[in-house]
Amino acid sequence: MKVSDIVSELGLKVCSGEQGLDREIKGGYTSDLLSDVMGNADADQVWVTLQTHKNIMAIASLKELAAVILVKGYEPEADAAEQSNVEGIPILSSEEEAFELTGKLYKLISD
Amino acid sequence: MDFKFDIEGGNFSKAGSASSDVKKVLKKLNVDPKLIKRIVVSIYEAEVNVVAHAYEGEMNVSIFPEKIVVRIVDKGPGIPDIDLAMQKGYSTASPAVREMGFGAGMGLPNIKKNTNELNIKSEVGVGTEVELINYLN
Repeated sequence: MKVSDIVSELGLKVCSGEQGLDREIKGGYTSDLLSDVMGNADADQVWVTLQTHKNIMAIASLKELAAVILVKGYEPEADAAEQSNVEGIPILSSEEEAFELTGKLYKLISD
Repeated sequence: MDFKFDIEGGNFSKAGSASSDVKKVLKKLNVDPKLIKRIVVSIYEAEVNVVAHAYEGEMNVSIFPEKIVVRIVDKGPGIPDIDLAMQKGYSTASPAVREMGFGAGMGLPNIKKNTNELNIKSEVGVGTEVELINYLN
């Protein structure tokens, strides 16, 4: 499954990093603690969070994540969006809360 | 082979850039990707510690045939009780830093988990030196 597939399936907004929409997804991780994601997420996962600052892109890049999904309609801060464009790792946004979104993502990815 | 990267204390917008530079070097040198992943976790945490707590620091990477040694040296407040700092969940990070999702007391435990050998020396009011050693085989 590609990032573009979850964008269309879950009606996500593409905030930045459009050139990374064809990245392959292998699972996901939901957390707002950066060290938790650093220590436990794996490459090619999508990361669900409410953090919107630039450091999410440092983590996404170092861990080679497929995309970051912001919950509750949050948008990335300007420098985070800029970094997402540089890295080619999309930041997406969902109107839903982390619980609902993660549930739907899990179903989509594991099917 | 030695490499040196600067770390700016307090500047969160640059946190991770030294780690990213080290990662690029290790990739170029064809270091085992699994080992790169482990090293990246530990050096990022060490870099964020400098950004969050110290005034300035540097990351020194030395590559030997049998091991990779990363030394993160900072000028800063130092760690009064290293055993306490090593405990999961213990943190002295400010509320502002915690709000960003840092300061959960997971940094040093993350480093320990992803490093073959971890050595910490610290002097209160002077600074801290963290040495991470990973063996190649």
